[in-house]
Amino acid sequence: MEIVAKSLNGPVAGAGRPEVSRQYATFFVGDLFLGINVTEVQEVLRHQEMTEVPLAPPVIEGLINLRGQIVTALDMRQRLLLDPREPGRLPMSMVVCSDDGPVSLLVDEIGDVLEARPELFELPPDNMIPNHRQLIEGVYKLDSRLLLVLDRDKVLQV
Amino acid sequence: MDDQEIVNEFLIESSENLSRLDQEMVELEKRPGDAGLLASIFRTIHTIKGTCGFLGFTTLEAITHHAENLLSMVRNGELELTPGRVSLVLETVDATRRELVSIESKGVESGAVYLDLRERLEAATHADFEPKSTVAPIEEVLAHAPVPVETVVQPTEKTPTAATSDLAHPEDEAVVAQRGPSAADSTIRVDVSLLDKLMNLVGELVLARNQLLQVSLRREDVQLNASSQRLNLIATQLQEGVMKTRMQPIGVVWSKLPRVVRDLASSCGKQIRLEMDGADTELDKSIIEAIKDPLTHIVRNCCDHGIERPEVRVARGKSAQGRLLVRAFHEGGQVNIEIIDDGAGIDPIKVKAKAVSRGLIRPEQAEAMPDREAVNLVFKPGFSLAEQVTNISGRGVGMDVVKTNIEKIGGTVDMISRTGEGTTVKLKIPLTLAIIPGLVVRSGEQRFVIPQVSLVELLRLEGEAGFRQIERIHGAPVFRRRGTLLPLSYLNEVLQLPATAQQESSQVLNIVVLQTENRKFGLVVDSVNDTQEIVVKPLGKQLKGMTCYSGATIMGDGKVALILDVAGVGRQSGALGEGAGAGRTTEVKTDPAEPERQSLLLFRAGSYQRLAVPLSLVARLEEFAPERIEQANGAAVVQYRGQILPLVPLGTMLDPSAPSVFEAGQPVPVVVFGDGKQAVGIVVDQIIDIIETEVVVRRKTGSGMLFGSAVVGDKVTDFLDLPKVAGASGETPFVDKDAKHRALSILVAAGSPVSRGMARGYLEMAGHQVREAASAGEAIKLTGGRRYDAIFVGQDLPGTGPLAGAAELVQHTRSVPAHCDIPIIALTGDREGREEGPQDAAGYDGWQTGLDRESLLESLETLSGSLRGGVRQPGEVGSLVR
Repeated sequence: MEIVAKSLNGPVAGAGRPEVSRQYATFFVGDLFLGINVTEVQEVLRHQEMTEVPLAPPVIEGLINLRGQIVTALDMRQRLLLDPREPGRLPMSMVVCSDDGPVSLLVDEIGDVLEARPELFELPPDNMIPNHRQLIEGVYKLDSRLLLVLDRDKVLQV
Repeated sequence: MDDQEIVNEFLIESSENLSRLDQEMVELEKRPGDAGLLASIFRTIHTIKGTCGFLGFTTLEAITHHAENLLSMVRNGELELTPGRVSLVLETVDATRRELVSIESKGVESGAVYLDLRERLEAATHADFEPKSTVAPIEEVLAHAPVPVETVVQPTEKTPTAATSDLAHPEDEAVVAQRGPSAADSTIRVDVSLLDKLMNLVGELVLARNQLLQVSLRREDVQLNASSQRLNLIATQLQEGVMKTRMQPIGVVWSKLPRVVRDLASSCGKQIRLEMDGADTELDKSIIEAIKDPLTHIVRNCCDHGIERPEVRVARGKSAQGRLLVRAFHEGGQVNIEIIDDGAGIDPIKVKAKAVSRGLIRPEQAEAMPDREAVNLVFKPGFSLAEQVTNISGRGVGMDVVKTNIEKIGGTVDMISRTGEGTTVKLKIPLTLAIIPGLVVRSGEQRFVIPQVSLVELLRLEGEAGFRQIERIHGAPVFRRRGTLLPLSYLNEVLQLPATAQQESSQVLNIVVLQTENRKFGLVVDSVNDTQEIVVKPLGKQLKGMTCYSGATIMGDGKVALILDVAGVGRQSGALGEGAGAGRTTEVKTDPAEPERQSLLLFRAGSYQRLAVPLSLVARLEEFAPERIEQANGAAVVQYRGQILPLVPLGTMLDPSAPSVFEAGQPVPVVVFGDGKQAVGIVVDQIIDIIETEVVVRRKTGSGMLFGSAVVGDKVTDFLDLPKVAGASGETPFVDKDAKHRALSILVAAGSPVSRGMARGYLEMAGHQVREAASAGEAIKLTGGRRYDAIFVGQDLPGTGPLAGAAELVQHTRSVPAHCDIPIIALTGDREGREEGPQDAAGYDGWQTGLDRESLLESLETLSGSLRGGVRQPGEVGSLVR
């Protein structure tokens, strides 16, 4: 993995290649290694007690009480159309900020915060399944593996 | 807002403006070319001048007018802004300030005319104005000063111009020294977002308190209990306090109505008099914002459609000038806003025809639809009655938007129309959005909260017999609720929750009867937990499309519970019909000819085995554990919903020898009457039942606390005289304090002590003074002594001569010139009787079918509304209430 000493959080450059190095909070969902701009992440939590929302689309796992704030939890496996999590395995919750308040993304495991250099960035390859392609801003070709950067706004638009 | 409040607002606003003006004038002197600054100064002076003119402060108006002239010329480039002119404007500011002080302390201007200042201001508008100096020379000061010279040196820190003014009015300085903090000093302006934040924090605090209370109840730690109780009290007070900071009088919204009405009236060629009542009724700021547009829309509609043109009105025997009454008042923890016009009303036949032609309802539905429901069709999307599309209304958008917006904030809209006589639009609005009382229910494994506003009652059916009461019409479950079919929906089915084993084996059926959009339906839930104050939190945008939920809340145990949107659940389940074509026919009287029936609450207390009160008087039924009952001033009380609820032990009150219910150490059943701060709890031995019945046999009993007996459900039952019971205990829950200003004196004349007692109970509860008469003779004697504002006459009134008592009383009243215009309302249990003859022929102003609290008060409201509208013409009698 590339770890660069200096830390810079430049402005978001849309779907194109970022101008500067960026930090990403990474996590795993199924066999995907994903990242979200660290400035968009509020906090990471263990699995919380959840209140189901009957009649809601399956991607909405439920509501959690985050210190008095009610936060909607989205199951990233559902969001990325992956198989459901094996029973008994509790997801982790990555709380991201949005204009509409925090939203919890339920993921399999939490990874490190990585800093990625812009020259490693590439737009999502054409052969990705469309559903993933839509949600992904681009790919960083890290030494060990590929980091897929999620487009927060599109992920939250269910 | 009354005049004093307007003046206060003006004082606060002006004092702020003047401070800014000082700075700006000085700024302007440095940068004379700054057009923006000059415009701002001009605006400030102009505002003050305008308001003074409006409030009748002529001196202030005159001096600010001169200053405005001067500034206007400077702004137009006709004059140069010399230091002399700046000083003059500043001098005006000082004079204004002095006048404001006088207005604040004495309510009037100081009486000084400022001729000199005005002359100098006038002179300054001439291009050749030559300032003597930048400041007023001291000689001039002395020349104007009617006081010894020594005082000149006193205000050393002030500029000489200020000294001039101070000297001219030494008595005002004294006033300033004496008075307490001025209106401007005792209030501060606070950013609304800060208040919102405080409100949120208080919400959190309420949640944390609820959690702590749950924990402390489980532990038997005296200290923890004590401090959590204290926290409970403080949190409640804090909540109230913070909620109050967000309260604004509804007059804020109304203030623009006069203009709207005036403009509309003149553009439609109508004459409309706008009256406003209860402008000081307070509402949460966010709600004020939310009702602004709907309210204006309704008022516009009333002006445009409701009130007729003068010539039409005159032809119909009305005064040429139409009357539009807007009023607001508190009732049952909600704010009622009514918009009443005396225009043409809405023709239900026209509405039905229009609705059928637009495909909103089917023709057979239209036929079966009562007029009152038909009128409410105007709230359907795409509906418009206007024959002509005007620029004001008639495009078929509007009333449905009004309805949606009001419902969005948890309110309801209802429309009552009397063809040819006018329309009343009633809005019921919650006081605040953030914290609401809710009923917690459970279905499957989940809890849900139902907002208390939608709740009508709770029904519990037990065992086989209970389940048999649920019938199905082609699969649709219905329940016979006191003669009316109530459509049912099962919450677990609506929300597609998995069935639990407990549900299948359950022997109990809990039905929560809900009302929305003027229709009722029953929601079957697994259990009913409790009511509590909940803090409403919005749902995230991912869930915005969900019509079944209006939000979520955090419960005492920290878990999230969804708040049900009653209208959404009703629609989802089909119990309210889906969309336009269906619905509206769901609630069908099983027997339309059946006379109105009374719902009664039956209970046992002391030696009285069967007592009854009308259910409509009952706020809630509660059970209090003995440890919750405390003593205050020697009487039993409980802490209840943040208030102290006095408890009246009914058993010992009716029969002092009966053992006290409190001694048994058992939880006591309590019937709560009244609401909010005026509630009283009557402790009974046992609640027996709620039944709906016609009251058959009547017998006047002697006891002071009872007004009679009747056979109810084949057993003799005593009717409790609630106001008397409450009065005997020193409580007066039935005097609606908000309603006091419209208290009327009313005579209730009826043969049956039960109907008299009930009518009296309802009327007294609404704050009116009531006298009873058991016969026409007695009634005539009573009317001889004084003039009543209204008379209710039962058709069973015994007469003295050949005439029926009712007719005798009507005839007698109408024959007395001073009394011929007293509104008389017929009380009748029989709806059919109404069709027999023309109403006016019998001499009644209105007919009241059945004794149901709401319609009784409504009849009276309509009458009293017109009473206050001015002198009634004898010719109008008989056309006010139908």
